[in-house]
Amino acid sequence: MNRLPMTYRIETPAPPCKLLKSLGLGLSASANSLGKRRRKVDAMSRISLMVNGKTRVVDADPDTPLLYILRDNLELNGPKFGCGLSQCGACTVIVEGRTVRSCGVPVSAMQNRNITTLEGLGSSAHPNYLQKAFIEEQAVQCGYCISGMIMTATALLDKNSDPSETEIKEALNNNLCRCGTHLRIVRAVKRAAQETVRTGKI
Amino acid sequence: MTTKSISRRQFVKDTTGLVVAFNLFGSHLLAQTIGQSGTADGSPQPTELDSWLMIGSDGIVTVYTSKVDLGTGVLTALSQVMAEELDVAFDRIHMITGDTAQTIDQSQTSGSRTMHKAGPQLRQAAAAGRQELLKLASVQLDTPVERLSVNDGVVRVIGNSSQSVTYWKLLGGKRFHVTITATGTGAALKVAAGVPAKNPKDYKIVGTSVPRIDIPGKVTGEFTYSQDVRIPGMLHGRVVRPLEVISQLTSVDESSIKDIPGIVKVVKEKRFVGVVATTEWGAIQAAKALKVTWSTPAAKLPANREALYDYLKQTKSFNDQVVANRGNLESGFSQGHKTFEATYHWPFQMHGMIGPSCAVADVQGDRATIWAGSQGTHRTRKAVADLLGVPERNVRVVYAEGSGCYGRLCADDVAEDAALMSRSVGKPVRVQWMRDEEHAWEPKGTGQLMTVRAAVDAKGNVTAWDFMDRYFPYTAAPDYPLLASMQTGLKSSGPGFPGNGYEYGTTAAGDLYGFENQRVVCAVIPWIQNELSPLRTCNLRAPGAVSRAFASESFIDEIAFSLRMDPVQFRLQCPRNEKRTGEILLAATKKAGWVERASPALAGSGSKATGRGVAISDRDGAIVAAVAEVEVDKASGKVKVNRITIAHDCGLIANPNGVKNQIEGNVVQGVSRTLLEEVQFDELGVKNVDWNSYRTIRFEDIPEVDIVLIDRPALGFLGAGEASIIPVPAAIANAVFDAIGARVRDIPLTPERVLSAMQNREQNPAA
Repeated sequence: MNRLPMTYRIETPAPPCKLLKSLGLGLSASANSLGKRRRKVDAMSRISLMVNGKTRVVDADPDTPLLYILRDNLELNGPKFGCGLSQCGACTVIVEGRTVRSCGVPVSAMQNRNITTLEGLGSSAHPNYLQKAFIEEQAVQCGYCISGMIMTATALLDKNSDPSETEIKEALNNNLCRCGTHLRIVRAVKRAAQETVRTGKI
Repeated sequence: MTTKSISRRQFVKDTTGLVVAFNLFGSHLLAQTIGQSGTADGSPQPTELDSWLMIGSDGIVTVYTSKVDLGTGVLTALSQVMAEELDVAFDRIHMITGDTAQTIDQSQTSGSRTMHKAGPQLRQAAAAGRQELLKLASVQLDTPVERLSVNDGVVRVIGNSSQSVTYWKLLGGKRFHVTITATGTGAALKVAAGVPAKNPKDYKIVGTSVPRIDIPGKVTGEFTYSQDVRIPGMLHGRVVRPLEVISQLTSVDESSIKDIPGIVKVVKEKRFVGVVATTEWGAIQAAKALKVTWSTPAAKLPANREALYDYLKQTKSFNDQVVANRGNLESGFSQGHKTFEATYHWPFQMHGMIGPSCAVADVQGDRATIWAGSQGTHRTRKAVADLLGVPERNVRVVYAEGSGCYGRLCADDVAEDAALMSRSVGKPVRVQWMRDEEHAWEPKGTGQLMTVRAAVDAKGNVTAWDFMDRYFPYTAAPDYPLLASMQTGLKSSGPGFPGNGYEYGTTAAGDLYGFENQRVVCAVIPWIQNELSPLRTCNLRAPGAVSRAFASESFIDEIAFSLRMDPVQFRLQCPRNEKRTGEILLAATKKAGWVERASPALAGSGSKATGRGVAISDRDGAIVAAVAEVEVDKASGKVKVNRITIAHDCGLIANPNGVKNQIEGNVVQGVSRTLLEEVQFDELGVKNVDWNSYRTIRFEDIPEVDIVLIDRPALGFLGAGEASIIPVPAAIANAVFDAIGARVRDIPLTPERVLSAMQNREQNPAA
């Protein structure tokens, strides 16, 4: 399986010149622009994150919003770019029990924090109780918003294991869905809440 | 069953791997799949069965189609059709979709046409495959075809089940090498027309609620959206596009981004500016910080909604599409005991994809591979080939699903953006639009100005019906240039070209009623855009129909009100071209507990008024009735939709739960468009470029949805992707009238408009 060169940086931070090569910047780059890049690489920081239970170390501009680190450096597909404005909820992840819009927080603020993404909940072979409920209710259309919905619902159910329909709607109200899957999403969260045995729950 | 489930998961994984593995025509996978069925230039031919179907020695049935799943679940439904017709288990079906190198162009995925048009095309290919396999089995088993039966790909001799052979054994890993008939192109393509297909009454898989194949991957992060495509050495690009009318580029100050890490190149081509960087964040920051100046735009948009509707009213149409013209309108009006006239306004609206446009392009020399969420990858291939100045066969567009797009990705602009930037840097580039760019530059659903006149005789029969719709044609849709093509001067936008069948449809203007004297005209108003304008237009779910039904079905209620008739009884009294419209109306009203009476009820208590309303629609034979129940806050004018009941007849139902999912989505999106959505603009551009200023519906405002499905297998598939949004706005507007006794003819039904209508109640011309 081919991997993005950027991934290499996670495990073994390369010296600048090697890094440039791994980024695919070869002979075509002018000396001037190479010099420019070197200075910038030096501005990168080494940041350690705990993602889905594993320690991940990335070299990145510390101002980079967490979302791009999760998606581009760690190749996680769950959190999605929707607006970059913390308005839509597609990028929602859980940081130590609380929902965080990953497009709006710099990765530097996440140093050593415990981050959970959709991938951390389960897999299609072993979906967790919420993912299972979404499958059972067929609560997806395009599904671009679904990671944010499931992460937000996870935080809700962690705090309140038996929410009313109104409480579910309130919790999800600032997560946007264009396809109109709302009714099914509410049904899925209700179904998950009704599960008495919550295997696979983080 | 377990084994099959595992094998399906394996496919998903393989498909994901495939996206990464093959590239630029270089891979053995590609050679394998194209080489055997393709022509000299590599494109598959519809007359070859191998272009549609492959059965591997592992028992996997691969189906090739240009139709794509846009999040509607249609891939699951098409898989059901293929499994059914071939008599194999559902889990054996593996679909390759929207890859221009591997699929026949069956036309873009839009217009509720996938099951309707491509369903039969694929079914017939499967029927031809089954016929061929039975021929082979007949020889192998030395038994006439009539004495063979098939169950999950195992062909058995009837009465002697020990004699059997499987499909995969029969083919032994080889392709069919069989020619079939195929005439016409795109949606009109007729495949293996002479081959008998199964009788729908024998269906076992079609008609059942098979769970969608894409959902497990989507709820676990394993699914690869176009936004998730990553290829080796990929860089990140962002377009520097002003949010207003694009004029001439006057300067780019590259020093303005010298401190941003990882800049690879500022790409400048005429009026196109983009930034490529090693990281996505670098590209985003650079695109934001890059100092670019533009000349003052010469072109101006209408300054506001009033100016827009005025423009629609005053400008001479360049094409009057006459949808209906029967009887004698003049004599119809002269027979009238009472005449009516009303004008309805429909605003520009957005598709509002939650995930902005995204594509990855890898341009190497004169060849290009693009991964994109295009509704029509063949169309995107042509656009990119033209842009790069290379033959179409040198460009391969591979579909990867994007966010629910509702017409927006018929004009998949970002594919061109990525191609331009990749060519410029000689490396693969991923481009995703930012939120403000998507809101500003997505082609919009057009504004419409609709005037209806009618006359009614003393008995309450409609003696004349005259519907005039004035709207803009598409300026960004198939055959029209995409943004980067226009920015680089390859093509100009023009006024939106009429007459090629891509205008805003023509139905839902009261034409489902068989009035004796009837005229329906949809006038195409030139949408002159000398410079690149954010108010570009394209198809938005149920294009034109959802708005015309708002006007025509509101107007029907206005007449019923003046006759003091129950709106259902009045519709039943009107002549209708299709008797199913009456049946569907009764099915919906029965489910909703409709009580016969005239509107308005002016019911409710205290600060709330409550009402109910109905509307019906017919889209290419898919017939829907909607009953809305609303609550209006008398002090604020805020409308809350409590429940919508839908009765839905889309012919043969492939997957009942899938159809219900589509109906729920249509209703919720319909409520959003009716109550909330309007593009705000001034002379230079779109003003609401985020989700706070362009509001869509949220959980707190979601109505309950009750559904009655009517299955009519004999009619075949008629499409469920957009039929049920059509009657929703009119049903809501009629319910609001029922509640407050005042008519709102402007979408969206904002609290201000509802309040103002309440205050001006006496001015209702239908009263």
